[in-house]
Amino acid sequence: MIIELKDIVKKFYVGRPNELEILHGINMNVREGEFVSVVGPSGSGKSTLMNIIGALDRPTSGEYYLDGIDVQSAPDDYLSDIRNRKIGFVFQTYNLIAKTSALKNVELPMLYAGMPAGRRKERAMELMELVEMADRAGHLPEELSGGQKQRVAIARAMANDPAIILADEPTGALDTKTGRLVMDIFHRLNKDQKKTIVLITHSPELASETDRIINIRDGNIIEHDGVV
Amino acid sequence: MLIWENVRLALTSLKANKMRALLTMLGIIIGIASVIGIFTVGNSLTISVSENLQSVGASDVYVQVVERDDEDEEASKDGLVFGTLSTDRDMEDSDKITEEMIDDLCEAFGDQIRAISVHVNAGSATVEDGKNSSKINIYGVPVGYFIPNSIEITAGNMMKAGDFENGRYVCLVSEDFVDDMYDGDYDGAIGKEISTIVEDQMVTLTIVGVYTAKSQQSEMMSQFGLASTVFVPIRCGIKIGRMEMAFEAIEVVIAVGEDTTKLANEIADFFEPYYRSNPDFRVTAISFTGLVGMLDELLSTITTAISIIAGIALLVGGIGVMNIMLVSVTERTREIGTRKALGARNSSIRAQFLVEAVIICLIGGIIGLVMGMVLGNIASNMLGYPARPSISGIVISLGFSISIGLIFGYFPANKAAKMNPIDALRYE
Repeated sequence: MIIELKDIVKKFYVGRPNELEILHGINMNVREGEFVSVVGPSGSGKSTLMNIIGALDRPTSGEYYLDGIDVQSAPDDYLSDIRNRKIGFVFQTYNLIAKTSALKNVELPMLYAGMPAGRRKERAMELMELVEMADRAGHLPEELSGGQKQRVAIARAMANDPAIILADEPTGALDTKTGRLVMDIFHRLNKDQKKTIVLITHSPELASETDRIINIRDGNIIEHDGVV
Repeated sequence: MLIWENVRLALTSLKANKMRALLTMLGIIIGIASVIGIFTVGNSLTISVSENLQSVGASDVYVQVVERDDEDEEASKDGLVFGTLSTDRDMEDSDKITEEMIDDLCEAFGDQIRAISVHVNAGSATVEDGKNSSKINIYGVPVGYFIPNSIEITAGNMMKAGDFENGRYVCLVSEDFVDDMYDGDYDGAIGKEISTIVEDQMVTLTIVGVYTAKSQQSEMMSQFGLASTVFVPIRCGIKIGRMEMAFEAIEVVIAVGEDTTKLANEIADFFEPYYRSNPDFRVTAISFTGLVGMLDELLSTITTAISIIAGIALLVGGIGVMNIMLVSVTERTREIGTRKALGARNSSIRAQFLVEAVIICLIGGIIGLVMGMVLGNIASNMLGYPARPSISGIVISLGFSISIGLIFGYFPANKAAKMNPIDALRYE
């Protein structure tokens, strides 16, 4: 199992009168090389779950193992390193660093990993070719279209060859055609590179393309489509 | 490694907001420029003045009869007299330092005094021989005079002991004088007699030697085209000027190894009893070492005062940097969130913004440094001193700008580092 979540509870405002429990004991596993989707309406706890899987936040209780690493008890700096090496984020709003070339954006996770400049650039170019953006490597994010930006973001997510790619509504800001293009890249990464991909979406059509759908409602997983 | 990435990042970010960066730097620029400017002027002034004083005679004590004034009682302790106020009466010969006092002084201090140099200004005159003319000042001097005011005899001889004892009408003339009168024939001038009228009295002097001045004072005099000095034995000078053997000022040359400042005070104390009953005049003794020290003190006081003002400018500049960095951090909240999601540690984020603050301050500091040096040079030149930039000032000011960046950049950088990545990513 590459992702193991056991009895994950997430509460906000702990110990205060307005204490709020968002996740009520989530159990969820993802196998290596799987392409799963997490589906749920807004307010279901989807984003909170994504933050926990992405090691951006810690659960209030429960256990979380990512690629065998105990994320729950890792100190802050170690959490940064886990995000850096084990997780590739793809955001709905791309979140490319402004005034920094597409290539430099792709290099960024490798920079934080301490990779030497030469190898960094080489690998970034390879990844840009993988997402068919090599000819736009020197362009600034503000000179790229939405679909192009998202392809650069996917290349960046792949930079340190992470254990999982965590995509949060990656086609949410794109039209159907470019959204299709982005989904095709994910499928390709899943098939050719055996990447484990967790897709968070509210669209049932996109979810149906994946190996398995995890439905989340009101902080609980209500059904698993496929094997657990 | 990462530091260069951070420097590049900072420069990119500054380039994106050129106007803002420049305005932010302004406080630093003004602060550093004024510090460097003042240090340069102060440094040039101190070095030039000390050099000048030293060439005149650092081991000399100047003893002078000055008017007594209750108000400058305080200043009199330092030997400095600020301005001359209303004169009750003119100085008479009885108020002046007598030969007797000088003899007593020599006896009292013995070996501590190497020589006492006095001169009387016997008068000014113009020498004419129908063809050429030259203006002269006649100085009556004793043998000891030439110890602190060294001259070089280029032709003929120094005046003899007998000349001094008997007050013979012999003299030393300057090269300038010979240039004027005898077309530069120094050897030919020896033995010539010069006649002139001083105070309605015909005076004839025999030239025994030609000198060239080594001290800057006399050099300056001749450079300004003023009268050249003709030295005569002091007793001869007194006869020419029809004066008593009494002096307004004497120069005491201190023996090598003696503490001139301490001796200056002791000499002042020595004269005190002679003038105790004199209601109008008293004696001050100033050493050049003391004078240089006082000047240094004065300059350092001024420097400190201006440094405090510059320090306030730098403080305000630093607060400006902090303010802009806080704005920058807020503007780039999403970027910070993204970087954190991509694996930046808190320390990397902190370093990124600290480096940016330091770069702003350092660039401001360098601009200020250049401006300060230019201003300092202009000011020094206007004051007529060769400009000497202070190396320590340059090093200190650059170090200071870096420190300002670190101190005032820390709070915004820390704010960025401590941001919660989830909130930062969601920030609109």
